[in-house]
Amino acid sequence: MELQAKVRSYIENNLVVFEENVQFSDDDNIFERGFVNSLFAMKLLNYIEQDFGITVDNEDLDIANFSTVNNIVSLIEKKRSGVS
Amino acid sequence: MKKEFKCVIWDLDDTLWDGTLMESDRVVLKESVREILEELDSRGILLSIASRNNYEDAMHKLQEFGIDHFFLYPEINWNAKSSTVGKIQKKLNIGMDTILFIDDQEFERDEVQSAHPEITCMDAGEYLKLLDDSRLQPQFITEDSKRRRLMYLEESQRKKDEEAFDGPSDAFLATLNMKFIISEAREEDLKRAEELTVRTNQLNATGRTYDYEELDAFRQSDNYRLLVCELVDKYGSYGKIGLALIEKTRTHWHLRLLLMSCRVMSRGVGTVFLSYIMQEAKGKSKKLLADFKRTDRNRMMYVTYRFANFQEVSADETGQILFENDLSRIQPFPPHIEVCTPQKQVHGG
Repeated sequence: MELQAKVRSYIENNLVVFEENVQFSDDDNIFERGFVNSLFAMKLLNYIEQDFGITVDNEDLDIANFSTVNNIVSLIEKKRSGVS
Repeated sequence: MKKEFKCVIWDLDDTLWDGTLMESDRVVLKESVREILEELDSRGILLSIASRNNYEDAMHKLQEFGIDHFFLYPEINWNAKSSTVGKIQKKLNIGMDTILFIDDQEFERDEVQSAHPEITCMDAGEYLKLLDDSRLQPQFITEDSKRRRLMYLEESQRKKDEEAFDGPSDAFLATLNMKFIISEAREEDLKRAEELTVRTNQLNATGRTYDYEELDAFRQSDNYRLLVCELVDKYGSYGKIGLALIEKTRTHWHLRLLLMSCRVMSRGVGTVFLSYIMQEAKGKSKKLLADFKRTDRNRMMYVTYRFANFQEVSADETGQILFENDLSRIQPFPPHIEVCTPQKQVHGG
C-alpha cells in the first residue's frame, strides 16, 4: 500500500470524527474533521514511529506537521531520508 | 522521600496463610491478616496476589475465607513471579516504585527484585508491621481513595465490554454516556486535589505538588482560578480526576499546573479540559501561557500541549518549558462527551 493510503486508513480507523461517515481526502484538516485528543495523538505518534521506524522529535511536534495526511507523509519522508 | 505504596501484592502459601495449599487443603489464615486487608483496603491501597498455585483451588480457598473480593487482578499460575507482578502492574497502570511485594521465600523476592529494581520486597515474616509502615499511610484518605478498589472494578468491566464491542471505537465511546464536569474547586475538593498532585506522575505538566494550605489560598485568591474535573459514565464515577491552576494577570492567563489521573488516560479527556481553559481565556481576551517540566514520563502531556497548538517560547537545560497559545484554533468538545462547565452549572442548577 502506498504511504498516503496507509496513513489515511490509520486515521480513519482511529479518529473520533464529528460527523459520521466522513470521507477523508489527503488534504483535509484532521483537526477540523475529528476530535484529536491526547490519546489519539499518542497512538498516532507511536504508529508513525513504530511502523515507519523513525523518531519524531519535539521540534517536529508542530500540529502543522500532523494536520493532513499529506503533511504526515511529508514528515515521515523527511525523517526517513535523514534531512532535518 | 520514597513514594507512598499504591498496591500490595501478596504471595499465598506461608504468607497470607500458614501451609501449602497443594499439600493440604487445611491451610489457616495468618493471624490478623483479615483485619490488615480490611484496613489497607479502606485506606485506598490496592491489593493483589502473585502465587504459584492452581487458580481454581486458590480462589476457592480465598472465597471460603471470605476475602477474595479484596484482590484485583490476582495472578495465580505457574509463571515466574517477576512476570506475574509485571502483569499486575500493567493492568493497574501504576509505577513499579509504588508496589510492595510480600513473599516468604527469599528466592522469589530476589527474582522479582532483579527483574524490577524499583519494586519493594518484604519478607512475609514482617507482615504484622504493615499497618505501621509510613508508606502505607496515605497523607489523605478521601472519598475517592475509599472507592478506589470499586473504581478499578468498574474499569475492568468497561474494558471487558469494550473488548466485546463489535464496531468502531468511537461508536463504543458513544455508548458510555460520558459526562465531564468542570467546576471551581470547593473546600471539600482540596484534599483530593492535594492527593492528585502527589499521586499523578505521568500526566502532571509541571511535576509540582501543592499542599492543602497552598491550594486553599489559591482557591480564595482573586488572582487565581483552581479548577477540578470529574468524569462520570454509565458504569459509575471515576471521581475527581483532573486539576488545573490558572494565574490571572492583567494580560495573560498562566496555567501553573495541569494534571489528569492516569485512570482516565484511555478516555482522552485531557484535551477537553484544555479546550475549556482555552475557550475561557479567549473569551476574556487574554493570552494563554503554560508552565511545563519535561520528565522521562510525561511525553503524553507534552504531546497534549503541542497538539493543542501550544508553542514553546522558552526552554532551559533542566527541561523547564514555557508554552504560549495564540488561541487561534481551539478544538471543539467531542460529540460523545457531555461537558458541564461552571457557568452551565450555575444556570442549570
